[in-house]
Amino acid sequence: MATVTDVQVRTGRRGELALLGLAVAIAVLARGLVDYHADFLELDELALYAGGWTIVALGIHLAIRRWAPFADPVLVPAVLALNGIGLAVIRRMDFAYAGRGRDTNFGEIQTLWTLLGIGLALLVILLIRDYRLLRRFTYTAGILGLVGLLLPLVPGLGSQINGARIWISVFGKSLQPGEFAKIAFVIFFAGFLVSNRDTLALAGPKILGMRFPRPRDMGPLALVWAAAMLVQIYERDLGTSLLLFGIFVAMLYVATERLSWVVVGLGMFAVGAVLAGSLFSHVGSRYTAWLHALDADVYSSGASEQLVRGLFGMASGGLFGTGLGEGRPDLVPYAESDFIVASIGEELGLTGLMAILTLYVIIVQRAMRTAIGVRHGFGKLLAAGLGFAIALQVFIVVGGVTRVIPLTGLTTPFLAYGGSSMLANWLIVGLLLRISDQARRPEVMTP
Amino acid sequence: MNEPVRRLSVIVLAMFLTLMIAASYIQVIAAGDLNADARNVRTLYREYGTFRGPIVVDGESVVWSKPVDDPFNYQRTYADGPLYAAATGYYSIVFGRTAIEQTENDLLSGTADSLFWTRLSNLVSGETQRGASVELTLDAEVQQAAAEALGDDAGAVVALDPSTGEVLAMVTSPTYDPALLAGHNTAEVDENYRDLLAQEDGPLVNRAIAGDTYPPGSTFKLIVSAAALEAGYDADSELYAPDELELPLTTTTIENYGGESCSANERQTLEDSLAMSCNTSFANLGMQLGWGVVERKAAEFGWGEQLSIPLAVTPSRLPEDPDEAQTAMASIGQYDDRATPLQMAMVAAGIANDGVLMRPYLVDNVRDADLRVIEEYEPEEMSTPMTRSDANELTDMMVAVVQSGTGTAAQISGIDVAGKTGTAETGTGDKPHTWFVGFAPADNPVVAVAVLVENGGSAEGEVTGGRVAAPIARTVMEAAIAAQGGS
Repeated sequence: MATVTDVQVRTGRRGELALLGLAVAIAVLARGLVDYHADFLELDELALYAGGWTIVALGIHLAIRRWAPFADPVLVPAVLALNGIGLAVIRRMDFAYAGRGRDTNFGEIQTLWTLLGIGLALLVILLIRDYRLLRRFTYTAGILGLVGLLLPLVPGLGSQINGARIWISVFGKSLQPGEFAKIAFVIFFAGFLVSNRDTLALAGPKILGMRFPRPRDMGPLALVWAAAMLVQIYERDLGTSLLLFGIFVAMLYVATERLSWVVVGLGMFAVGAVLAGSLFSHVGSRYTAWLHALDADVYSSGASEQLVRGLFGMASGGLFGTGLGEGRPDLVPYAESDFIVASIGEELGLTGLMAILTLYVIIVQRAMRTAIGVRHGFGKLLAAGLGFAIALQVFIVVGGVTRVIPLTGLTTPFLAYGGSSMLANWLIVGLLLRISDQARRPEVMTP
Repeated sequence: MNEPVRRLSVIVLAMFLTLMIAASYIQVIAAGDLNADARNVRTLYREYGTFRGPIVVDGESVVWSKPVDDPFNYQRTYADGPLYAAATGYYSIVFGRTAIEQTENDLLSGTADSLFWTRLSNLVSGETQRGASVELTLDAEVQQAAAEALGDDAGAVVALDPSTGEVLAMVTSPTYDPALLAGHNTAEVDENYRDLLAQEDGPLVNRAIAGDTYPPGSTFKLIVSAAALEAGYDADSELYAPDELELPLTTTTIENYGGESCSANERQTLEDSLAMSCNTSFANLGMQLGWGVVERKAAEFGWGEQLSIPLAVTPSRLPEDPDEAQTAMASIGQYDDRATPLQMAMVAAGIANDGVLMRPYLVDNVRDADLRVIEEYEPEEMSTPMTRSDANELTDMMVAVVQSGTGTAAQISGIDVAGKTGTAETGTGDKPHTWFVGFAPADNPVVAVAVLVENGGSAEGEVTGGRVAAPIARTVMEAAIAAQGGS
């Protein structure tokens, strides 16, 4: 396999510090605007917030300097900026809900989750000094992922919220094990594919000028497909189903360099989705709500109400938005979690939404850059898989809100309210930091 | 494996590009349609949730937006709601807008073209958009006096400044409180609206300008008199005034009010006929002048005109091509003659202003949030239905009506009042509608007024314009003269 031997001595740590400062400024400014428009601005409190963020950013910086000195310098600032905007928007929703007599403290809870998430990421670079260690746990990760995925189906443990059975209740707290299963599966796929890529890349019959894999090698793909379909039907979670299957197909493609896997995979998923849509009414109604969202009877039945209200919100934001705290995002159900993108579209406008999407592009491209830079096949698959996981999750949730695909219940990484998602995504950041540290480390220093 | 990773990056870029295109489509291209969607309460909140300019009478806001802590941010608030309802209308999140709230909506909401520069400077300075304030021509005291004088009787009062056309008072009765419809509790507003609609006397109807039009009765004799003066008659011209006038080609006859006799010798001057409101002489005069002449004179005073003050005024109308008998009836304001109280006030105003009729208007000026005048309405001549001398002669005749004729109840001590009573048969067996139109002071008029009391109101026994409507008109004119003297 090809490797990049480009020796980099510059670590980019100083640039990272500057970017971290920018991210902190964005977070503090956003919160200041929210407080100002809610008539809640207290400068000493904002100063405290700014101070807290500065300490956190410096802490991250120092930890990375110590434990992953060659890690990608753009990744954490981009994530921190998203996270800061998310916290401000969630706090803004608290104010909006308070105005309607609903007492919430999503903002504070989410701040706590953010700190835990950051801690988790730093723990990853402290404890996992070499990502290759993870390859040893390939099958353990596979089993953990499967268990995590199926946990919500266990009677008494799993709970169904808003139609999707993707939650488990532990000590009265709701958790989405699927968020963590996603990471476990990426590790499993990476380990499995790096070992079996030669077999899977073997040529099969040629159809329409494209070499397709041999039917006997289709086993793993069929298995993951079946799991994805089960999730879609029994957990009523099209999002996770599409996410897992998409990650697998993408990693299969990276491992085998054969486009035919993608064609076969997407074809299988499309057939499965159409079949599920026609056989199971709850899946079918999602498709109807997507395709005919604005039809009077679909809307009045409530099937597409949330989606359409989100569209109304985004439309009212227009190009520049109403301004943070000036719009009415609270008119959309779950404006702080599933529909936080619609809230951002409304208050920060198309401009703000573009900026958010661009931050995601930057994060994902850094992951891909890491995949190209790292020498080991397992690392390439892991980094590309984790990066693509973020990209696909954003695509599924934002695509759902913007009517590109049917609406599903995934969370927007780093933005949406939710602890599981926050922890899982910072975990991904930790892993990417570790891989990129090794990818960018000069040859001579490799342990 | 680097090549597929690069391709995967491109796929990721394509995915994000798709999202960006979708977001652009929603937020820019489809935004107009989505914002206009009736299911989009956000549009309602935005439209109804912005600060709206006040409606001002005599420098005081009678309608304004009060900040409140609900999704709409502002509550439309009405001081003296029932008193000004006919002019201001209501502003309801359920039933929309009426009257000034509707016609001046662009200005009140701040979206009018004339407010472009204000909006631009607000954008720069970061102020939120504020609507303009609309000042009405109404005079608070005249309006108040008119409403009190009319009381609970169904009817309307319109007072105009004859020299400008400014509407000084516009009262309709019964009225309603716009606050009932301006609330933010839609169920409550809905119920209030249905209650108002269910009331038989129609409180939502503006009888002054846009209700059912009314037969003007004897007040229409002013039009016939004006036509006669133009045709060469004068106040002393003797008219044929029998006790009973036989109508050509019919078996019916016209009698005078209460079967009274106008004159012992069947002859009577134009002035006396008007003062006594003699029916037979005017019916005969109308036939002699010819309907075309009377009709043209009425048109010059505004009949048939679609006025917008800027509230839409129902055009007053006259019969088309009446035969001789119908002409006789129409000449005394019966048959198919119909007029709004505003129309009758315009007749008085035209005579008062030396024969020049000024176009009536209700909005005096519009100021932006910084109180800069951005629109100011100038008095405008609408027509010249009479020459100065004819107008003065008719004025003298009208003074006689009040001094010694049917309109004595409108007398104001020390001031000459010009007027004309009307008692219009409704043809339905109900009591007649009672009218008084007039102006004062006769030599230098500051107010022209028309009073209509439907079916004589609550008065007992025989109702006439002189008995029911004239005292109301007197009160209104007194208030206007007092206000004029005070300012």
